[in-house]
Amino acid sequence: MSIKVSNITKTYGDFVALDNVSVDLPTGQLTALLGPSGGGKSTLLRIIAGLESADTGQVNIEGTEATHLPPQKRNVGFVFQHYAAFKHMSVAKNIAFGLEIRKRSKDEIAQRVDELLELVHLSQFATRLPSQLSGGQRQRMALARALAVEPTVLLLDEPFGALDAKVRKELREWLRRLHDEVNVTTVFVTHDQEEALEVADEIVVINEGRIEQIGTPDELYDAPANDFVMSFLGPTTLIDGKLYRPHDIEVFTHPGIAGSLPARIVRELRVGFEVRLTVELLDAAHEEITVTVTRATQRSLGLRDGIDVWLSPTHGAVPSMGAVV
Amino acid sequence: MLVLIPLAAVLITAADGGWGAFWDTVTSVQTASALRLTVGEALIVTVINVVMGTALAWVLVRDRFFGKRALDVVIDVPFALPTIVAGLVLLSLYGPKSPINVNVANTRTAVFLAIAFVTLPFVVRTTQPVLEALERDVEEAAASLGATRLTTFRRVILPALVPAIAAGAALSFARAISEYGSLVLLSGNLPNRTEVASVRMLSYLENGDQAGAASVAAILLVVALLVIVGLDLLQRRMARRGE
Repeated sequence: MSIKVSNITKTYGDFVALDNVSVDLPTGQLTALLGPSGGGKSTLLRIIAGLESADTGQVNIEGTEATHLPPQKRNVGFVFQHYAAFKHMSVAKNIAFGLEIRKRSKDEIAQRVDELLELVHLSQFATRLPSQLSGGQRQRMALARALAVEPTVLLLDEPFGALDAKVRKELREWLRRLHDEVNVTTVFVTHDQEEALEVADEIVVINEGRIEQIGTPDELYDAPANDFVMSFLGPTTLIDGKLYRPHDIEVFTHPGIAGSLPARIVRELRVGFEVRLTVELLDAAHEEITVTVTRATQRSLGLRDGIDVWLSPTHGAVPSMGAVV
Repeated sequence: MLVLIPLAAVLITAADGGWGAFWDTVTSVQTASALRLTVGEALIVTVINVVMGTALAWVLVRDRFFGKRALDVVIDVPFALPTIVAGLVLLSLYGPKSPINVNVANTRTAVFLAIAFVTLPFVVRTTQPVLEALERDVEEAAASLGATRLTTFRRVILPALVPAIAAGAALSFARAISEYGSLVLLSGNLPNRTEVASVRMLSYLENGDQAGAASVAAILLVVALLVIVGLDLLQRRMARRGE
């Protein structure tokens, strides 16, 4: 049992949003659809919810053939980037909406709304209007509203995209804890690789309408399938036609290490605890390489502009095996 | 003050001849009938405008069809025309020399048509921008929570539109009870049949009875006030019901 998407293609005129995409999103997990804007990840999520229909292909939700079901019949909870709050209704009424549609009894609705308000820490805001809440609170309300109908799957479309960095970080930790508590199959779309790496059980990397790789955060980070995945998940630098992480390159102030490359530091930029060095190889092509070292390493080795160094990939560093970008 | 001083002046003039004279004026057969006709037609037209205006705004915002831009401009024509020109247009179209063979001159239908024509834009123009600003994802959220399109319209869209519709209705009603130019030609101004309040006021003035004219004005003022307050109450109740 899971969400099964098979051979989905979706085009808008000449633009191919999804190109024959198949993916299996396992039950009970928190899955991230990760990729750059316009890559097709939101379209895929909206097709699962029934808000968009695919040109070809099937959607199966927990064993129910859903390809042609309208959104009302899919029992899917959907959370939008810009909250989509019912502005004229109080927080409690927003959360109760789906239950009222389902004609539940007044007592049952009141009890369920109370539980959900508790769950999303909005109990004292029950009678407020959405406009009187902060962005983070509004999104928690939207989440409670989606959870109220006990959806088979919970779909979140860039749920923290409209929030500022600090709230975003808080909310994604909270989402992880909430998921562990509620345990509903959850899929969220994000273009923020840090968010995906931190929160998700599994990540599906989508780019230009195709799936690049599916795997756990560790698998993706340690063994990226190609250069795109490698560069999307974090900073990279190119040596000898291979991509490395800038922190996976060791810097020596003396020659003699087998295979090390002579170079000269041309720029240094300190950001908090890390120092980003731009290094020029002393070969014919004068390639520029980015190397990240800690503040402590920089001090102990005396690394600064203009000095000569020797570079060697750290033992155990995994370069991407893809072609030159 | 800009508003209140002239209003007070009208009421004072109306009270010139004392309560008895005021009462005699507004209950005289001809005046009472003009007031009834005016208020009645204005109410009917306003109700029609609420329905048609909302529907028109919906079509203009949500649908795509050939000539949409043209329709959007045409809606404003009744606004832009000097009312007497509108009257002339209506007389040529629905008068004795009607090219489409519809002659409603000197009937109450003429009053209705003229009022409907000049008040058409109000609800459309107040509702349209609100409808445009509505986020589509709110409707999608309602759909994914199980609401049908009708339920979504009734519980999510309509409550958002009600203040705008009410404002449009108030404008439309106010314009309707005060209309003169556009209906004066086609309606024939027959006493007790097609004579409206504004025409009645003019004839009081022509006979040198300013207090009489002011008495009619005072009634219109009270009616307008009642309707505006009524619409406001209705709007508040609708907004609460959506909660």
